[in-house]
Amino acid sequence: MKKLRMTKTAKNNFVTYFIVLIAYIVVQMLLKTGHMSSLMEGLLVPLCIYVMLAISLNLTVGILGELSLGHAGFMCVGAFSGAFFSKCMDGAMPNGIRFLVALLIGAAVAGIFGILIGIPVLRLKGDYLAIVTLAFGEIIKNLVNVLYIGKDNNGFHFSMKDSISLHLGEEGQVIVNGAQGITGTPHDAGFTVGILLIFLSLFIILNLINSRDGRAIMSIRDNRIAAESTGINITKYKLMAFSISAAIAGVAGVLYAHNLSTLTALPKNFGYNMSIMILVFVVLGGIGNIRGSIISAVILTLLPELLRGLSDYRMLIYAIVLIAMMLFNWSPKAIEWKDKIKEKYFSKVSFRKEKEVK
Amino acid sequence: MSFISYLINGISLGSVYAIIALGYTMVYGIAKMLNFAHGDVIMVGSFAVFTIVSTLGLPPILGILVAVVVCTILGMAIERVAYKPLRNAASPLAVLITAIGVSYLLQNVALLIFGANTKSFTSVVTISPLKLADGQLMISGETIVTIIAGIVIMICLTLFVNKSKAGQAMLAVSEDKGAAQLMGINVNGTIALTFAIGSALAAIAGVLLCSAYPSLTPYTGAMPGIKAFVAAVFGGIGSIPGAMIGGILLGIIEILGKAYISSQMADAIVFAVLIIVLLVKPTGILGKNIQEKV
Repeated sequence: MKKLRMTKTAKNNFVTYFIVLIAYIVVQMLLKTGHMSSLMEGLLVPLCIYVMLAISLNLTVGILGELSLGHAGFMCVGAFSGAFFSKCMDGAMPNGIRFLVALLIGAAVAGIFGILIGIPVLRLKGDYLAIVTLAFGEIIKNLVNVLYIGKDNNGFHFSMKDSISLHLGEEGQVIVNGAQGITGTPHDAGFTVGILLIFLSLFIILNLINSRDGRAIMSIRDNRIAAESTGINITKYKLMAFSISAAIAGVAGVLYAHNLSTLTALPKNFGYNMSIMILVFVVLGGIGNIRGSIISAVILTLLPELLRGLSDYRMLIYAIVLIAMMLFNWSPKAIEWKDKIKEKYFSKVSFRKEKEVK
Repeated sequence: MSFISYLINGISLGSVYAIIALGYTMVYGIAKMLNFAHGDVIMVGSFAVFTIVSTLGLPPILGILVAVVVCTILGMAIERVAYKPLRNAASPLAVLITAIGVSYLLQNVALLIFGANTKSFTSVVTISPLKLADGQLMISGETIVTIIAGIVIMICLTLFVNKSKAGQAMLAVSEDKGAAQLMGINVNGTIALTFAIGSALAAIAGVLLCSAYPSLTPYTGAMPGIKAFVAAVFGGIGSIPGAMIGGILLGIIEILGKAYISSQMADAIVFAVLIIVLLVKPTGILGKNIQEKV
């Protein structure tokens, strides 16, 4: 067999793909042998969704370096556009193709929203940008809750008031019913599809990071003025990262919509709490570290479920673990202490580190 | 006539937002961090009053005092345990996530102690409603107390920051920590004091909020917290007069939007106004525009 020579990044990316593949194989084996509880089985698709959301947000937060608190809004847009399409085309198309088109539509609509929101938002900086993305996320959720769309022989009818003011014909059908959302979305999502979509998003993001465009994006993160003075088009690259991140969140939303029979925009699933939760995955996994995002998304989603035996105390423990992990990972004193321990017991490691510094 | 009553309600809600936003903006100005747990300190304050007044049957004034003391201690403890170790962390996001963790922690502790059921909060205000214009215009006692409390707090805080030594120290620390330390200012003490004042304000805001909207759950504080955050940004985060203006404007916009446009869309309107303001003035109404240097 020919020996492959890989660069360090290629090796790193390969490890990331490999981890996802191994996880898939292990889960499939557990499923086949019946070692997985129905509770865990129900958690598989949400896990895929969270992983996709985490890696896509990491593109905005870690690679572009802008704090976004409205990621759930893009997921919401993707979910509703995808579910709307599936509902309209139910029966008119073969299932597989319909789902594929729904995914593409979700990605496209969320991506377009990313560009539309990104143009004004990305002019702001730091915490101002964070609050405006949060505001956009809440507005999207709010608008979806008062949106009514129906279909009859004359075509589509829109309303922002209620389903009666749609004035539908006799065979008319309300598709998006305001706060009740979309009901009866076909159940197309599955674990295999989810893993395939994770692979696809990973492929897009990892290749973007290691491309000329990705380096341009990271140069904006590291020093905007220096990047601008070397001729990098700041707006273009910022929008590129932001809209790709939004599009992947949109795909995750489509997957979410096709995993549930009823899709409603609640504060729980598309509100700022969700955006914050995704941000927690990203920061805990390591800002800018895609593999870390995957791992922390999986662990933090499983943790409350694994602690289910402790019933009421599980979210309390989750919160304490979160605070403790942040303090341990980020506090300068803890880092100093960790370095000391490393030096004491793994002197080789510290030696290598010193060499790197030199 | 109904417009005036909506306007007064708006100012009343706005005063609550302004009091919370003052805490937010002071903490931001001095520690440069978004304290996501601030909203939950409001909730803790409300539960403290609820326990004293409704469960133990003691006088409301004692309840308010206890709430203020509890929240002040809580705020300082949170700062000491969760935020101080991360003050010099490599990424500002670290302390943000810790704040989210603290927020989850407070919510879940409250959930364990008080349960998820909505508690009906007995108003601490005993003033009878004011009738104007032959009873066409009714202003509730809560509204009057809230507006007066808001005005008093704003005046006191402005005087404190501008006239007292501790207030001047706060301004100095928020300007430049290193230089302040060289001038002999106790930076850690000043930051702790800021958290204490912010949390005490949150307790008062919690009491006022729950007197006007008497339902209390462990998640009561979250949305007002976010709204106050919006108000602080709206007025220019880090600026004390900005937080007052932002808070009151936000309250008025929310109530008028609810009354005249759509009750479901009120939040969306508030956020839309915020976006428009920030696009025109990227650092808020009274925010300072800091020039970036190479």
